[in-house]
Amino acid sequence: MKAVNEMNLTFPSRSINEGFARSVAAAFAAQLDPTLDELGDIKTAISEAVTNCIVHAYPDVIGSIKLRCRIYPDGRFEATISDRGVGIPDVEKAREPMFSTGGPERSGMGFTIMESFTDKLTVRSCPGKGTTVRFAKRIAVRAER
Amino acid sequence: MDVKIERKDSELLVSLAGELDQHAARGVMLHFRELEAQTLPERCTLDLSSLRFTDSSGIAVLLGLHRRVSDIGGSLRVVGTPQQAMKVFDAAGLRRVMKFE
Ligand SMILES: Nc1ncnc2c1ncn2[C@@H]1O[C@H](COP(=O)(O)OP(=O)(O)OP(=O)(O)O)[C@@H](O)[C@H]1O
Ligand SMILES: [Mg+2]
Repeated sequence: MKAVNEMNLTFPSRSINEGFARSVAAAFAAQLDPTLDELGDIKTAISEAVTNCIVHAYPDVIGSIKLRCRIYPDGRFEATISDRGVGIPDVEKAREPMFSTGGPERSGMGFTIMESFTDKLTVRSCPGKGTTVRFAKRIAVRAER
Repeated sequence: MDVKIERKDSELLVSLAGELDQHAARGVMLHFRELEAQTLPERCTLDLSSLRFTDSSGIAVLLGLHRRVSDIGGSLRVVGTPQQAMKVFDAAGLRRVMKFE
C-alpha cells in the first residue's frame, strides 16, 4: 500500500530531542484525527524508541537518529526509528520484559511498552552497525467509534 | 519538569509537573538523592496530577522513590496519576508494588 503522506527527520542523539521527536510525530499523526489515548500511545512508543537510541545506541557519543513517519489510506500510522550505533546482539532477549543492560535508571520495559501500545513492532539490529525499530498503529475512523 | 518537595509535619509531599522522560528523569533523581535518609518522614505522597507525559523512565523514578521510602520502613502513596502515565505504570505492574489513589 502506498503512503498518503510521509515525513522524515534527522536529529542528533541529545536527550532534549526526546520531547522534540515525540511532539513532531504526534503533530504529524494528528492528520488521522486520533483520540487523545491513541496520540498518547504514539508519543509513548516514539519516546521509548528514541530514548533507546540516545541511551544505548550511542552511550558515549552523539550520533544521528532518523525518524520516519508515514500515513496510509487505511488509517494506519507507521513510524521507523533508526540509529547507526552499537546494535543489539540478541534482539529476542532484548525484547523480553525487564531485560536491560542499563543501570538502576532503566527498568527494561521500553520494548514491552512499545509492543503493547502499538499494533505491530519489528526490530532489526546488527551489532556494530545499528538498529531499526518500526511500529504501526491503526487509528480508527471517527464513524467507527 | 518541575519538582516540588515539601515537608509537612511528619509527611513528605513530592509533586512532579511537566514531562518526565529520560531527559528530565536525571534531574528528578538528583533531587531525590538529596533526601537524607535520617530526616525522611515515614509517610510520603507523590502528586502526579500535573504530569503531562511519562515513559519507562518514569517507572524507574517511581521505583527509586519507593525504594528510598521503604528502606526507612515508610510508605509511598501516589495520587492524581493521569491516564497516559497510569497506562505506562500498569505495563510494569506498579500497582502491585505501591499504592495508587
Ligand atoms: N537502539 C538500541 N541500540 C542498542 N541497544 C538497544 C537499543 N534499544 C534497546 N537496546 C537494548 O535492549 C535493551 C532493552 O531495551 P528496553 O527499552 O526494553 O529497556 P531499557 O531501555 O533497558 O529500559 P527502559 O526502556 O525501561 O528505560 C536495552 O537495555 C539495550 O541493551
Ligand atoms: Mg528503553
